[in-house]
Amino acid sequence: MTHVQALIDAVGLGAVYALIAVGIGLVFGVLRLVNFAYGQLIMIAAYMLVFTDGWPDAASILIAVAAAVVASLVMERVAFRPLRGATPATMLVATFAIAYLLQNVALLRYTYRVRPIGDAAGTLAQLNQAVTIGSLHIRWITFVAIGTGLVAFAALALLLNRTSIGLQMRAAAADFPTARLLGVRANTVIMSAVAISGVLAAVAAVILVVQNPLVSNTTGLNETIVVLVGVVVGGIDRLTSATLGGFLIGFATSFLGFELATQGSTSQTAWPFTSSVYLPSVVFVLVILVLLLRPAGLFARGGQGLAERV
Amino acid sequence: MRRLDWLPQLLGPIALVVLLAAITSAVASAGDSVKFRNAIVSVAIVVALYVFVGNSGVLSFGQVSFVAVGAFSAGVMTIPLDSKRGVLPDLFPLLRDHTISNAWSLVLATGLGALYAFLVGIPLMRLSGLAAGIATFAVLGITYNVLTYWTKIGPGATTLTLIPGTTDYLQATLGACAVIAIAFAYQRSRFGRQLRATREDPAAAQAAGIDVHRQRLWAFTLSGALSGFAGGLYVHLLENITTSQVYLDLTFLTLAMLVVGGVGSLFGAVLGATCVSLLTILLQNAELGIHVVGWRIKLPSGSSLVGVAVVMLVVLLVRPSGITGGRELELRRSRRRAERVGSELGAA
Repeated sequence: MTHVQALIDAVGLGAVYALIAVGIGLVFGVLRLVNFAYGQLIMIAAYMLVFTDGWPDAASILIAVAAAVVASLVMERVAFRPLRGATPATMLVATFAIAYLLQNVALLRYTYRVRPIGDAAGTLAQLNQAVTIGSLHIRWITFVAIGTGLVAFAALALLLNRTSIGLQMRAAAADFPTARLLGVRANTVIMSAVAISGVLAAVAAVILVVQNPLVSNTTGLNETIVVLVGVVVGGIDRLTSATLGGFLIGFATSFLGFELATQGSTSQTAWPFTSSVYLPSVVFVLVILVLLLRPAGLFARGGQGLAERV
Repeated sequence: MRRLDWLPQLLGPIALVVLLAAITSAVASAGDSVKFRNAIVSVAIVVALYVFVGNSGVLSFGQVSFVAVGAFSAGVMTIPLDSKRGVLPDLFPLLRDHTISNAWSLVLATGLGALYAFLVGIPLMRLSGLAAGIATFAVLGITYNVLTYWTKIGPGATTLTLIPGTTDYLQATLGACAVIAIAFAYQRSRFGRQLRATREDPAAAQAAGIDVHRQRLWAFTLSGALSGFAGGLYVHLLENITTSQVYLDLTFLTLAMLVVGGVGSLFGAVLGATCVSLLTILLQNAELGIHVVGWRIKLPSGSSLVGVAVVMLVVLLVRPSGITGGRELELRRSRRRAERVGSELGAA
């Protein structure tokens, strides 16, 4: 039964990471830009949830979504647009700089803020309670995370496959110059993708804040780093493979964490590297192995792998 | 004249470092001295990073793991014997019962950095692009994780203290200049030129008979050696160190320095490290209050980090290929000739 518990928790974490992965993958698709500052969009949305603490939850979430969308559009206008066509290293370091900037502005003004659990207006906080089914203890937020993930992916699939802007986004991701020649407006497509990624950042922020009400200037940072790794492991060239990669790294981290923990939790065991403190190393070794075997990504279409290796 | 074209390319970066050392050692207060020596050591770290990233065009987030290995090996092995058993009781007996001199610790740091980079590079150098970036990041993650928890080889999650502070201005400057000279010699060598050819056009380079994997592995190993050495200098500067000091922040900062200076040139690496370091020091001091031509300026605390980020972003937006644009320092005469050659090529 404990393995079932671990599986459900792992799916919950995987769902949150998959949401973040979609946000990163969408922007990469149209801009070829790895947005390291995505975590700070999550941070901004999380701070908004804290500032609107006394408000009804719906209003609070709406404000968070709006703030994340505005922030991501500003980011696009101020930094990404002038850097279109720059080398990947330049674009990546520019997003480092943005991340660093926002993180330190937040540190300057707010430092740590806690969203209190059990706030009268906050039905959100109650989602952190666990429901017991047999021997399983599952927090409501895990169900919410999985449900939200499924709804978000369904909505996104509809948008990408059934609307004109979705078709344009897919065309731009496949071959931007040709798409432009055929009348796709570059700025419209890019801004739509960036705006959607902002919405997803806010959704992820809501789930993360419910799970951990302590909001600081590093909220969203670690999640983004892990998801970036996952996205590349899955295959960043396609949104589906990137999303699966994000899900997989969340799932693997959570599940391996559980399995390692049952092996013993101190670093003084006979063979030290089976202790749970070495979980990141185990995950990273798996990451390296996957990348060596399939450099274009675990879920990339066949035939792309060889081109990336020398 | 033509034979000496390379001279400014080597002497320019070295002059910059020597000038930085000479001016700051003359005017800096005791408190600022550490910051300026840190700036010089940063030059060494960024140049070590440049040896691989700049010449190969492959992004690596892993070089700081070699800095970490160098720093912790040099640190652990120079703590005086009588206090070592008390502060690091869990060490392997070989490490616990021996202590080496400052100079040997730098040699050890260099060697371990090279060895680690070589072993890691054998599989990883087959990768390019984002896969290489993430795989090298994974190496950084593993290094940090193991160093933080394995108390048989280091201090674990606690601070490593009592390290002799031997990195004075002389050692820092000589060390940084040596790293620059080696980086320069490498990029003009046969191997360096082959690697730069693979950077410009991997397919054409392979067609010309260049073994891309081998050339990248050489550069990665050399970069690992220099990173380890710089790590040794770094730990003897700081005197106390924790694993988080040689992890994400240093990785992002050194990469940013390299990109701001211009990733494609040695001069860019040195200039980027110098400018960003000096800016950081200036803003840090402005938080305490400084006088600028009669005005007293005092920034709110924490604003130096914001300021550095803003300046980095602005530089990248104005000059996406860095301050130097990836060019080496050239005298006017040679630049004119380069232009002439360029236009002849264009006409042909």
